[in-house]
Amino acid sequence: MALLCSKSLSKILLFVAFIISLSMFSFSCFAKQNLPKICMVLDKGGRDDHSFNESAVKGFQLAQKALHINPESRFVEPKNDAQLPLFLNNFSSEVNCDLIIAIGFTPAAFIPEVASKFPQKKFMVIDSNLQLKNVKHNIRSVLFEEHEGSFLVGAIAAIKSKTGRVGFVGGMDVPLIHRFALGYSSGAKYINPNIKVQESYVGVTPDAWNNPSKAKELALSQYNKGVDVIFQVAAASGQGVFDAAEELNKSDSKSVRYAIGVDSNQNWVNPHVILTSMEKRVDRAVFNGISDFISNKFTADVVVYGLKDSGVNWSLDNNNREFYSPSEIARINLIKKLIIDHVIHVPDYYKINTHKN
Amino acid sequence: MTILRPILATILSLVLGLLATSLFHESPLHIFKIFLQSGFGSAYDFGMTLTYSVPLILTGLSVSLAFKAGLFNIGAEGQLTMGALAVAVFAALVPLPSLIAPLAGALVAACAGGIWGALVGFLKARRGAHEVIMTIMMNFIAAGISSYVAVYLLKDPNTQNPQTLPILPAFSLTQYSLFNGAPVTFALFLSLLIAVVCWLYLYRTPYGFELRAVGENEHASSTAGIGVQKVQILAMFFSGALAGLVGVGEVMGRVGCFKLDFSPGYGFTGIAVAFLGRCHPLAIIFSGLLFGAIQKGASDLEIFTQNVTSDLALVLQALIILVVSADGLWEKWIPVKKGKA
Repeated sequence: MALLCSKSLSKILLFVAFIISLSMFSFSCFAKQNLPKICMVLDKGGRDDHSFNESAVKGFQLAQKALHINPESRFVEPKNDAQLPLFLNNFSSEVNCDLIIAIGFTPAAFIPEVASKFPQKKFMVIDSNLQLKNVKHNIRSVLFEEHEGSFLVGAIAAIKSKTGRVGFVGGMDVPLIHRFALGYSSGAKYINPNIKVQESYVGVTPDAWNNPSKAKELALSQYNKGVDVIFQVAAASGQGVFDAAEELNKSDSKSVRYAIGVDSNQNWVNPHVILTSMEKRVDRAVFNGISDFISNKFTADVVVYGLKDSGVNWSLDNNNREFYSPSEIARINLIKKLIIDHVIHVPDYYKINTHKN
Repeated sequence: MTILRPILATILSLVLGLLATSLFHESPLHIFKIFLQSGFGSAYDFGMTLTYSVPLILTGLSVSLAFKAGLFNIGAEGQLTMGALAVAVFAALVPLPSLIAPLAGALVAACAGGIWGALVGFLKARRGAHEVIMTIMMNFIAAGISSYVAVYLLKDPNTQNPQTLPILPAFSLTQYSLFNGAPVTFALFLSLLIAVVCWLYLYRTPYGFELRAVGENEHASSTAGIGVQKVQILAMFFSGALAGLVGVGEVMGRVGCFKLDFSPGYGFTGIAVAFLGRCHPLAIIFSGLLFGAIQKGASDLEIFTQNVTSDLALVLQALIILVVSADGLWEKWIPVKKGKA
């Protein structure tokens, strides 16, 4: 009997909760239905990777503040790959988003199918060229000239290196990251043709983006071989590289090790070891995509961000200014200008190798 | 009573789990509504629930069959990985006429999973190695082999994602248009059929009887003249084969290649599916469907709520297992209810 009582009591409580939730739901439904709804799916590594995904979230949140978009706009972090097609389908149908953004090549792989199933929706993908699969002309592919920015930070690494050895720690061993690596080593060799470049990768699966301890091991081994600057391109794993540099600098103060950040401006993360960051402005790509969509300027083609429009760049702020003399800054900016003017030819891994996407 | 218990347990743990969400400022009924809508709201949603259920039914059957023989198979994940990998490699490289291709693919998947399981069965039977530890270790080996194949041996050069070459068209199963794009294929009926076959095998054949006898009492069976070692090896082979068949729906029906990390832990969820179904092959169909619906429903929580993520599925699964297996609780409760009735 007591059981029965408590059951009916909880039933009443639940019913009340249900009514409240329903009324809240209907309220939010009435609000601003005409504004475009934007939805975004992040990549593995998570929104707080201080790097790739965080940059995307920054752009999204800026758009929420600065542009008139539907307050029901949202982004999700996938827990596993099986959720990706569900999210994309759901965003296109039930949630009824107008523009759907996929961050990174893993979620992007599911876009062509969804895009042809929902031709009236617009899609934008970062880091994948889906132009060949753009059958309904509703996908914008955003690419970055990662090799140009990497060349520049490679040059910086060579300028700051005292040992004549620089390192590269990549996340997942894929063509996209080789593109960074090739640009980086070419930049280092541009400054010092005899420089040695060490290259290692955290892994071969998407989990490599979120494995800081493995990245730290790789960095420690590189530093112990005499490398004194490491460029990390490993999303959330990159923290391991910064930690390795800081740890070694503490235990052995005779020589100094540096690291270079990626995607977001990471200079603030470990200010004493991070020389600069190779900014890849995913936030700008996301914001521009949304703003183009709102002002009816959205094009379903390939958009490329490079050094010339600061889509990729080296970051200089109060956290890292101490590392550079004015003449060094001038020299770096000159190299940047030479790349933009095509005086310096930066090799592109995508063009050397016949990999698509 | 045996049927009543899992059903009551499910309802109780759903209520508990949903009430827990109110701690995070979400209305439990709202969450429940999302679950229902996401699992069964449209043809596509229902199709995805079924798609999720197929691997869970198969791994549930796999765990139960081994369990009936007294073996605890934690290795369904590794066995399904090997099954899926084998069928993906076979279907990408061996041109066959489309009439027999899917059948051949299914056989390859079952054999690969079966061999992966039988290895453990052999070591258990002949060397006395503990099957729990063995199967866990075999999971890691399977993960290693599959990533080696997907990344180095048979990598699809057209994508940056780690996956094997796409399968030949003859192998891909037709997706029923009824489900509006959800990849529901013959694999669904295959899994149902196999559940029935498992039931017939276990309860209507002498082999099944031997298997259950070994599970109940190894020494007594041995005294009675049953070849215990043979039964154990065979049980692990069948158990592995059932898990390996996951590759049929996933590779030939849904993905079209072997994708690393395609399984969100089907093999481990299969253990929960088996226990909720009390290791009865026909009951597992329903517990598989329930877990499929929970997985599908949970993924929509990410989209429709602020504070609850799809990890709620794990909470619900854990609660279900906890409540089902709380023997003491049930022995106290059920007689009381009987007395009342």
